[in-house]
Amino acid sequence: MTKFLSLHDAVAENLHSGDRAAFEGFTHLIPHAAAHEAIRQGVKELTLIRMTPDVIYDQMIGMGMVKKIIFSYAGNPGVGLLRRLRDAVENDWPRSIEIEEHSHAAMANAYEAGAAGLPCAVFRGYLGAGLKEVNPNIRSITCPFTGEVLAAVPAIKPDVTFIHAQKADQKGNVLIEGIVGIQKEAALAASRAVVTVEEVVDDLDTHPNACILPHWTVTAIAVVPGGAHPSYAHGYYQRDNASYLDWDKIAAGQDTFLAWMDEQVIKAGPEDFANRVSALRDTK
Amino acid sequence: MSTNHFTPDEMMIVTASRMLANDDVCFVGIGAPSAACNMARLTHAPDITLVYESGTIGTAPDVLPLSIGDGELCDTAVTTVPVPEMFRYWLQGGRITIGFLGAAQLDRFGNINTTAIGTYDNPKVRLPGGGGAPEIASSSQQVYITCKQSPRAFMDKIDFVTSFGHGEGSGHRERLGVNTKGPSLLITDLAVWRPDDETQEFTVRSLHPGVTREQMQASVGWPIRYADEVEETPAPTNSELEVLRDLRARTAAAHQRAET
Repeated sequence: MTKFLSLHDAVAENLHSGDRAAFEGFTHLIPHAAAHEAIRQGVKELTLIRMTPDVIYDQMIGMGMVKKIIFSYAGNPGVGLLRRLRDAVENDWPRSIEIEEHSHAAMANAYEAGAAGLPCAVFRGYLGAGLKEVNPNIRSITCPFTGEVLAAVPAIKPDVTFIHAQKADQKGNVLIEGIVGIQKEAALAASRAVVTVEEVVDDLDTHPNACILPHWTVTAIAVVPGGAHPSYAHGYYQRDNASYLDWDKIAAGQDTFLAWMDEQVIKAGPEDFANRVSALRDTK
Repeated sequence: MSTNHFTPDEMMIVTASRMLANDDVCFVGIGAPSAACNMARLTHAPDITLVYESGTIGTAPDVLPLSIGDGELCDTAVTTVPVPEMFRYWLQGGRITIGFLGAAQLDRFGNINTTAIGTYDNPKVRLPGGGGAPEIASSSQQVYITCKQSPRAFMDKIDFVTSFGHGEGSGHRERLGVNTKGPSLLITDLAVWRPDDETQEFTVRSLHPGVTREQMQASVGWPIRYADEVEETPAPTNSELEVLRDLRARTAAAHQRAET
């Protein structure tokens, strides 16, 4: 059975320097609170995996915690570029980072392969694409039945995956609703899965085909209301688009970035997330 | 008839929206493609199926999403599927009629760069990367591209091929085993381009009202080819402009900070 822990303990027990870690979420349900806790705990030398690294990976890269990222789209969605990631790639600030870049189709298939216990993912992709010239992990395999040459990439198997979800029941079964993204695959592909939730309820009150992670697939759960902010939790609060627009300015300079991180992350805690979403709550 | 003034950007979005049909299943990139696809849905193509890579199929947002995964997309969708299913069953499975892409850099054969300016290992500008685009470009039945013309964007040789168009020209897709049509339409702020039947090079088919060939060449990094008959793109109608401006006003209001 899963353990219910404070966010501090859930991160301390499950994330270690040098880990391959995924903080997944596809625009929706991004585990911001868990990433901020990782920043406060000063974890180092991470290999971060994510299809769509956005603000939290920009923050972790800017804080010098990351030696490598594996990704398929590194941008502030709908806003532009990730300025801390750019500074690391273009200017080695605050350190150089290694990048392993894929397409979304490749990453999605690779997580699915990880969850399915396969060594690699096979799909029709990268046809004519430049990434296969610069990423040695993009290879090909010939279909033994038709002779078609298909793309192959290694399965993604993180040491630990962090996700945010709407709710868990008392046993620790976790419900994910709305844009479910890649979170189920990312959790099942990992050695350890840590979930932050909006609330714990007696009954998940859902339907037979809902996206559920059974409690025995989840290592630890921490209750963090608002823990996805400025991302959103469908049915609870809306995406704080204005904060994503603000991030572009905050991240533009090293000084403005560090000052913001000190105030909003280092000197803050998981309990601060509830206030950040108070004006964004859905009216039910 | 149009009596209104309109901007080149509005001309581009309205023109792109007119190219979409009611029975299209369109894989929508964020930005200009998203505006054009929703314009089509709000005007002549109310039943068009819009698909965003976040997994939302048949979505009908009231405002333009800031990201590909805004809650509005899920709330209004026929169904929302996991991301692996989106790329495997729906895109790779051949169910997308039009992949609609933007570009940071583009060449005459519709190859697109959204990865890096400069060299890959030591970029001058590191761009967000391909996301879904490499496979949207190869698995959609055909690809429409929309992009503003400028010498920095319309390059003789792009710095990186994120998404393969017609490669080096006619026959290149077939040689790589790509059996879809590839880029078949390019809508810019100045013109409408289609690939030449023989060479697959993008060729200007219509110029937007008031656009000159000098203006065109100043914004494109290769010698432009024109079709034998170059038409004038019909200007946006007043009602089209009204729909687009309303959509953008609603969108701007929705993306402002909530009152606290």
